[in-house]
This record gives sequence, structure tokens and C-alpha cells, in this order.
Amino acid sequence: MNLMMLLEMATDGFGDRVAVQNGSDRFTYAELFAAAGAAADIVAVSGAARLAVLDVNSLAVPLGLFTAAWAGIPFVPLNYRLTGAELDALLGSIAPAYLVTDAERAGTLAGAVQTVVAREAFLQNGRAAKTRAPEWSMDADAIAILLFTSGTTGAPKAAVLRQKHLVSYIFGSVEFGGAAEEDAALVSVPPYHIAGMAAILSSVYSGRRVVQLTSFDAETWVTTARAERVTHAFVVPTMLTRIVDVLVRDGVTLPHLRALSYGGGKMPQPVIERAMALMPETAFTNAYGLTETSSTITVLGPDDHRAAAASDDAGVRRRIVSVGRALPSIELEVRDEEGRVCTVGVSGEIHVRGEQVSGEYLGLASRLTSDGWFPTRDAGALDPEGYLFLEGRIDDVIVRGGENLSPGEIEEVLLAHPSVADCAVVGVADVQWGEAVAAVVVLHVGRAAEPDELREWVKARLRSSRAPGHVEFREELPYNETGKLLRRKLRDELARRA
Amino acid sequence: MAQLKAGARLKSAVCATEVIVIAAPAAGADVQCGGAAMLAAGEQAPAGAALDEAAAAGTTLGKRYVSPAGDLELLCTKPGKGSLAVGGTPLVLKEAKPLPSSD
Repeated sequence: MNLMMLLEMATDGFGDRVAVQNGSDRFTYAELFAAAGAAADIVAVSGAARLAVLDVNSLAVPLGLFTAAWAGIPFVPLNYRLTGAELDALLGSIAPAYLVTDAERAGTLAGAVQTVVAREAFLQNGRAAKTRAPEWSMDADAIAILLFTSGTTGAPKAAVLRQKHLVSYIFGSVEFGGAAEEDAALVSVPPYHIAGMAAILSSVYSGRRVVQLTSFDAETWVTTARAERVTHAFVVPTMLTRIVDVLVRDGVTLPHLRALSYGGGKMPQPVIERAMALMPETAFTNAYGLTETSSTITVLGPDDHRAAAASDDAGVRRRIVSVGRALPSIELEVRDEEGRVCTVGVSGEIHVRGEQVSGEYLGLASRLTSDGWFPTRDAGALDPEGYLFLEGRIDDVIVRGGENLSPGEIEEVLLAHPSVADCAVVGVADVQWGEAVAAVVVLHVGRAAEPDELREWVKARLRSSRAPGHVEFREELPYNETGKLLRRKLRDELARRA
Repeated sequence: MAQLKAGARLKSAVCATEVIVIAAPAAGADVQCGGAAMLAAGEQAPAGAALDEAAAAGTTLGKRYVSPAGDLELLCTKPGKGSLAVGGTPLVLKEAKPLPSSD
């Protein structure tokens, strides 16, 4: 298996359609295919062991992805915000590499890896299509993508996604040619995020035109969605919050947007409810997945959203904050610390198994069990119908006096308080209890709440051990650029001050 | 019977059809296209192999085909004139319930 199969099928099936566009610059499927063949030849001749792209969303990203697959070397999308020593360390770890970057960096990074090429030259060489590399390898175990994880929990590690994982994910979740000719997907997540990679692959296989946003900005997102008649988009929760603000402020609508999917972090219930009310014609999908699982493993689909919003049953209504059910191609279990499968409603660690699951990091032993299960390190619980409720990372669990407390459960209760706009619950060292519960709270503008009031609010809804001993108010919480809460940063800050 | 593994590729001996195995029975399966046994990558078609007009309904790019028992599933990666069968029994087009687009 090879990702090039997807592009070859798209080229055979609808080669004249626009595959990807960035401003006025574009590739049809047939052009992208030809350019990948030509670029693969150049990259192979260079002798590089990896093809890296250090860039915002540009045409060099899909071209780089397919060129690497054709040449049989890993594709490495790098975070364009990295600089200095951090970037040098990553580049050192992937050399000898063929690095594509913007013109300015191409000058400063010359010599950092084996070959450094400016984006425009890379695209031009592909477009000239003077030669074509020999047929690609169908080695299913070859590495397709090395993705450095966001590092909210420590030093960056490179997740290994092999050809078989990504091709299986697409075959298992996308209908070939399923998109209508006019369909267009707006891609604003950065290329070094698994959702950015998955968006390219899903769109290519379904025949949906990718409209790239160089980097996310809510005003540009809304303007582009309207101008390009965008029908599909994926956003992380912080993006949706800002998009909704722009729609309300400017009084505009998105008449062509049929499907909006979201994931990559916890979606606050008020935000999704506001978005659904504002866009009644749009179908919402919540997707949960990890880099190590080649993107999506569970979905809360449009019908689930509508059913939850319309139901009088509290159990069904609550599903609006679930991540839905496992894909048909994924097995999912919640297990306790002894490895036993938890009964319905009981929290434990989420385990998944399936062809798309990698669970592997470069240079480290596979995290898969001998029978192929991947322990995600995410905590969660299933309801009777198989809807999954996430409760944060296992490593974030607070152990207070021997009792395991889930930050997610406490955060959900705090967020339901009318004055609370956002919050994060973390553990802080405590002489008496080992760890104590600390809540960092952002209040709605013009609303007030006292620490004692919030403690009582939690106590009345959960056991008293869950009530935060420490409550701190802030203007905002620290998120990374793809919407992940930087819990470790908060924990470190609170620990330093204690 | 020939052993088949998910991810394996087969090509027709008598037309342009190529498929990839999505699911296969543990016991293996003898897959035909256009009336002739399908070939693994690198295998040559036997001399004189020809399309059986009784098995020439054709294959469609990107469509999935399943055995009546549901234990064999093939995805067409290149279309051709022959139609697919397992042990002489025609495969049927699988109507997949589309999943919501999640990325």
C-alpha cells in the first residue's frame, strides 16, 4: 500500500478537478500527480532520507506529502513557528533530509540539512515535470509520515505513521469520489497537525477541492469560506469560538457550509450550542483521534448532535459533550488499572485497535500490546449506547488522599456555572493529601464569582473531595496554536508560586 | 485455496481490473475476474486467457465488492471489463453507508 494509490485513483477518476488551491495558485489532481512524479525523481537523486516541509499551509504541503510517498521516504511536516535551538535539534534529528521552506528561511537554513529548497523552486520543478521517478514501492510498512507531537506533555517525539495506517484509515472512512464537483474543504489547521494531513488525504480520495488558509485567522476564514463557497471545514475548538464571534459581530452567514467538523481539544458546550443555533443548516461532527491513530477514531455525527439538542432525556442531551462512537473499523474498550474492561459509566483508560492505529514513536518500542491494542493514555467512560465521554489525559489525573479525581469531570461542572467562561483543573502538591485540586477560572465579561461560591457549586454536584481547595481567576488560559490547553504550563506556574 | 491478506493487491488476467483486498476469510479464497483466476503482483497471465462474456459486467473505480457471505471484500483501484467472483460466485457491489466527514 502507498498513499500514491489514493492520488492515482483520484487522477484516474477525476483528474481535471482542482485538488488544492491557495489564493489563485492551484493544482488539479492530474497536475499534482505529475508534479509528485517529477519532484520524487529530484528528491531520489539528492539521496535524502526524509522530505521535510517547514512552511505555512501552501501547495508545497500536499506536493511534499505525495512526493515523499512516491520516492519512498518519510514526509516530515515541521512546525513553522519553531526557531533557534528547538528547530536546529529537530533538523539534526531528520538529516540527511530534503527540506522545503519559504524563501527567507531557505537562505538562513542552507547547510542545516542535506538539501534546502525554497517553496517556489520546489513547486516549479514539480510543474516543469521534465522527468518522472520510477514506480513507487508498495511496501505497506514503509513510513509515510513522521509527525512531531505537540509536546504539551514533554519533549517532542516523532509519531511514526506507516503507509498501511494512513491508507487503511482512508479506505475505512472515506467513500471514493463521494464529493460533488462543487464541494470544497477549507483547511486552516497547520500542516504539522494530524488533522492537516488527514484533511488532504480525505479530500483527495473523496474528490473534494482543498482550499488552503495560509494560517488561521477568524476574519480571513469567514471571508474565504464565503468567497470560495466552502462546503466542508474542520476546526479546533478555539477556532470555532472566534469564528462564531466574527459571524455574530459582522452579522454574516455561511450559506454554502454544509458540514463543519471539530476536534483536537475539549469543545465547551456553550460554544457548540451557540454555533448550532447560529448555523441551523450546517451538519456538525465531533471527531476524536490522536496522531498515533492516524486521526479520527470516534465520531459524534450530525444526527447525534440534532438528537442531543432535541431530547428531553438528560442522558441523550449530555451526548452533545461526548465524542460519539467508534468508527466501524475501530475496536474501542475502556479498561481499569488492572487491564479489565470497565462496565458502562465507569472511567478508565481508552484502548483502541484497528488497521489505522500505529502507536509507535521513532526510536522507541511500540506502545501496542502483543494483541494489537493501543493504550491511548486518555481517560474516558462509555454510556450504554457506546458514546464515549473524554475525561482528559491519564497523566493529568489528580491523586488526592489515594482517591483518583478526573480534572475533566470537575471542569465540566465548573463550566456549567453561569459566570464561568473557561476553566482548567490541575493537581498541585499538598502536604496533607499528596495532591490538592486547583482550579484556574476565566469569568465571562461582566460576571463575578467568589472562590467559595465555586467550591460550593462543585460540592453540591460532586463529592466534596472534588471541590477545588485553590481557585485562581485569570483573563485567559494558555492554549497552544492548535487549541490544546497547556496543562503542564499551568501546573508548573502554580507549583512555582506555592 | 489461495491465502489472502488484507492489503494484498490482485490484478485481472483478462482485463485492466486491479483490486486491493480489504477483508478476506481466514481460510483463503480463490478470486476470479472476467472468469479467470486473478493474479498476484508480478504473476503472468496464462497463455490464451480470455474474458468470459458471461463474467463481463465490468468493475468501477473506487467501488467495493463483497462476497454473499460478507467475508471477502475487495476495493477496485483500476476498473476493467471483467466482473469479480469468488469460487465462481459473483461478488456484489457494497453500498456503504457514508460516514460523516470528520476531517
